[in-house]
Amino acid sequence: MIHAISLAAILFGIWLLLSGHYTPLLLGIGGLSAILAVVVAFRMDVVDHEGHPLRLGLRILAYWPWLAWQIVRANLDVSRTILSPSLPISPEAFPFRSGQQTELAQVIFANSITLTPGTVTVAEENGELVVHALTRQGADDIRSGAMDRKVTALEGRP
Amino acid sequence: MSAAIVDWASWALLLTGGAFGVIGGIGVVRLPDFYTRLHASSVTDTLAAYLILLGLMLQAGLTLAAGKLALIMFFLFFTSPVAAHALANTAYHDGLHPWTRRPPSQTGSKPETPPVESPAFPDKPADDAATGGPKSDS
Repeated sequence: MIHAISLAAILFGIWLLLSGHYTPLLLGIGGLSAILAVVVAFRMDVVDHEGHPLRLGLRILAYWPWLAWQIVRANLDVSRTILSPSLPISPEAFPFRSGQQTELAQVIFANSITLTPGTVTVAEENGELVVHALTRQGADDIRSGAMDRKVTALEGRP
Repeated sequence: MSAAIVDWASWALLLTGGAFGVIGGIGVVRLPDFYTRLHASSVTDTLAAYLILLGLMLQAGLTLAAGKLALIMFFLFFTSPVAAHALANTAYHDGLHPWTRRPPSQTGSKPETPPVESPAFPDKPADDAATGGPKSDS
């Protein structure tokens, strides 16, 4: 129920942001649309903790700035590699076993790897992620497990 | 005065973003195979796109347009890794082997060897299990 209410609130917020007209008629239509969308989502059985992870809450807000800094750092690394005349790449694919328990956190981890340039999550096999890295340094960054621990901490302890 | 500062900051963001876009393009041309080119295109996907959107938000000021640009950034943040993963995953399941540098002392600006078969791909479970991660399921 809490997921349905917060989903409706978010949908209505997006309506407000995108419409820009604040007359009673349009606000009413917006509210009805939000409720209708929630009803449809409810019937599709997608209103749950996965599509709409409330429990991550504030912890994810602390993770995003760290991730943003990693993205900037990785971008500079990859750009330097691309612009070097000798093209100093050492691509490799390697398996990595992550420490997350929930599927949601695993998705966040795999997405974070892909989001940072220089490393891409290629596949998931037998509980291991197959990661492709452009340089040895990028691969070592993943293997050091810093990002893995950060994402595992997002799960919290139930 | 402060409007001028915002304008300059906005242009600085737009130009750096554009420069990273060009770098990503150069990378797509220079790098040897599909997987490595994917890394170059993710430079364009992430930093270039974010910087350009931030620059545009400064141009827009505190308006609804800035909020919409922020929404674009938010959706890009979630969809671009999914798209990159879908491409990489398809190539992987199609059996495309990644290019690896065979002799480490290869000189010259551009590696010319075609993608070679690397026996380490796709699966080398036995000896990598020890170094794969700092913690296993304990």
